Amino acid sequence: MISFNKYYNHFNLLSSVLIVVSLLLLIFKGLNFGIDFKGGTLIELRSTDTKINVSSLRDKFNQMDLGDVSVKKFGNDTDFLVKFENKDNKKNIIEEIKKNLDNSFGNNYDFRRVENVGPKVSAELLKSGVIAISLSLALMLIYIWIRFEWQFSLGAILALFHDVIVTLGVFSLFSLEINLSIIAAVLTIVGYSMNDTVVIFDRVRENLRKYSDIKIFELTNISINETLSRTIITSATTLLALLAIYLFGGEILKGFSLAMILGVVFGTYSSIYIANTVLVRLRVSQKTVLREDDLK
Amino acid sequence: MLYFSKLRILFITFFTVLLILIASSNIFKFDDSFFDKKINLGLDLQGGSYLLLEIDNEPVIEQKLQNLTTTIRNYFKEKNIKINNIQIESQNIFFNVADKDKQSVIDVFQDENSDLNPYYPRFKSHQLKIEDTGLNLKVNFSRQGLITLKTSSQDQAIEIVRRRVDEVGTNEPNILKRGNNRILVELPGLDDPMRIKALLGKTANLTFRFVTNDENDRFGIENLKFENGLEEARVSKRIIISGENLLDAQPKMDAQTNQTIVSFTLDRVGAKRFGKATSTGIGKQLAIVLDGKIISAPVVQDTIASGSGQISGGFTFQSATDLALLLRSGALPAPLEIIEERTVGPDLGQDSINAGMIALAIGFLLVIIFMFVKYKIFGVITNVTLIINLFILLGILTLFEATLTLPGIAGIILTVGMAVDANVLIFERIKEELKDEKNNILAFDGGYTKSRTAILDANITTLLAAVILFFMGSGPVKGFAVTLGVGIFTTLFSVYFIARLFTSIYVSRNKDKEKLI
Repeated sequence: MISFNKYYNHFNLLSSVLIVVSLLLLIFKGLNFGIDFKGGTLIELRSTDTKINVSSLRDKFNQMDLGDVSVKKFGNDTDFLVKFENKDNKKNIIEEIKKNLDNSFGNNYDFRRVENVGPKVSAELLKSGVIAISLSLALMLIYIWIRFEWQFSLGAILALFHDVIVTLGVFSLFSLEINLSIIAAVLTIVGYSMNDTVVIFDRVRENLRKYSDIKIFELTNISINETLSRTIITSATTLLALLAIYLFGGEILKGFSLAMILGVVFGTYSSIYIANTVLVRLRVSQKTVLREDDLK
Repeated sequence: MLYFSKLRILFITFFTVLLILIASSNIFKFDDSFFDKKINLGLDLQGGSYLLLEIDNEPVIEQKLQNLTTTIRNYFKEKNIKINNIQIESQNIFFNVADKDKQSVIDVFQDENSDLNPYYPRFKSHQLKIEDTGLNLKVNFSRQGLITLKTSSQDQAIEIVRRRVDEVGTNEPNILKRGNNRILVELPGLDDPMRIKALLGKTANLTFRFVTNDENDRFGIENLKFENGLEEARVSKRIIISGENLLDAQPKMDAQTNQTIVSFTLDRVGAKRFGKATSTGIGKQLAIVLDGKIISAPVVQDTIASGSGQISGGFTFQSATDLALLLRSGALPAPLEIIEERTVGPDLGQDSINAGMIALAIGFLLVIIFMFVKYKIFGVITNVTLIINLFILLGILTLFEATLTLPGIAGIILTVGMAVDANVLIFERIKEELKDEKNNILAFDGGYTKSRTAILDANITTLLAAVILFFMGSGPVKGFAVTLGVGIFTTLFSVYFIARLFTSIYVSRNKDKEKLI
């Protein structure tokens, strides 16, 4: 049996630091919102001419007075991702850009993807994203409240907040782009983290009924160990699947799978070191938790 | 938990085989009359354009209020009430009446049988609201009035949009209402949406009006620019004929001038009006105005009584074709603005499909190898179940003709990764049971029973997340929610029926073997 409980305090401290750092990052550095949430235009471009590279593209786009322009390589050497604000929300901007590029590069490029999100839509998307995440957290809280007692709800929700905040913190730290698929990833993380926590909690509750003389400090450790191989195997297969998406699923899914990978790692960690420690700190015991009918 | 009745086995087998057959109909061509359902590919996979249009209702509201001022004035004139200082300001009509008349004016607006202010019994609300500001009376659209107005302009607009898109002839466009002032247009397979965007961006309000210098024109005059933006002309506000009078419009080549023109045919009312106007207006310039700009202003040479005519204006064949198309499909009630556009080229879509399939295959393989190494024979059972699960998932997606998107494929891969969870929970539990329980059957039974609440809880939480995502998410993300959500159900089915059936067969044949798992 591994003594996870020996490190409860250490990891609680670590998590607190991680959360504070993440919050500071989110407040002061902020998130790198993509066009879905900030508005603007995105063009994915593939060239067949070596003359077309990041710097020549950047020069061309900067001449067109489009506001902030960012040009990046996208996957391989022939693909580029161009993003700009399109501040005045010009109508025929894509046609104009095509004309301009035709003049310099001829017919040696191709727009593979064009996305244009107006300011109204991006504001709405951001709002509905925030609502979706808040709603899912609230629903999880209610669900676990019905299924377990409040101490368990608190533990699970703290673990969820930890996972979401720290994942977003990593995205902020490395200025990774937040777009619609990241919201999907965060919601899935919420589901996954909850899933993981519930499995351990289920065992904690079962053990609470079984052993009346073991303190919660020991009891959580026993429960973690009993469910450990399941935790490892499920995390491993999920991570394998996600790794396959990350490595082979194409550029578009990279951000999504990265967020999920982070979420699974944090989710697994938090089920052990946050959710359980809440039970310990609240001194959960057979008496405080089990309802009478549970004991019958 | 390990007992299966014959009937149940039959049912499980039937259901599973049926769904696998349905799933494989995506690969093998079945006779269409027999089964024609298929998984749709999202725009991000097959390529195409997604356009979200917003109707700008301001001009419609302004116009309605403008008309209303005349109506109000005339209505109360008949009742010998004088309306003074009537004016429109930020979507409100303000006017003054003598103090003694104030209440009777308000009463007219608030009468449920008022013929000036329609009452909607369904919403218990009038179309218009009236308010005494002290200084004057203020009339504006009520909430329900605005909604009714927006809905009706949306209904008209969606009809026109549909006609225009159909005329261009893209395959299987999807045109839907969004809210009460938006229209969603999905155009699969369309690589370059520029032409459609240009067509949808035009209101196509066509009028024929005389050029005039008569300052005393009864209808008023206005200065309008020509299409080239250089010249201007003074045009009467009196409309001779408008786009509504057109029966047909076609691009043509004028044999005499060798120019591309748009020829049109008028309906009976239009033909009569056009004939009368051209007979009295010989020698005058007739301006052809489209969306506030003059296309051309030819001099009337002769009476045109045939009800057909032509528009010239330095068109290319393409622009003449588009103008004819716009005129045929009719004018939009209000201008449309494209507020969101997402276009994916078909080759990127194909690349995404390939990448998704490779990731699925590799993810699947990794999970299968892992499970085999970890659980041996029960790993094989899990793996077979996983494969069947994948087919059942695809079968259900086919049955509902769901749309598969790139995030949707990611959802399937994720399902593969997470689907083993339930099996693992059960197997691990059985292992624990086997520590105290020597009877294999009892241990397996206990494992299944005792792991049930954890499995149920775990899956319900993921399902909750998927449901929220489905209702809040848009486009491709919705596809992810669908595969993730459906995946949960198929996983539970395959774990509790298929894997359990295999397990039960295996265990009953090896019930005396030690260390079964």
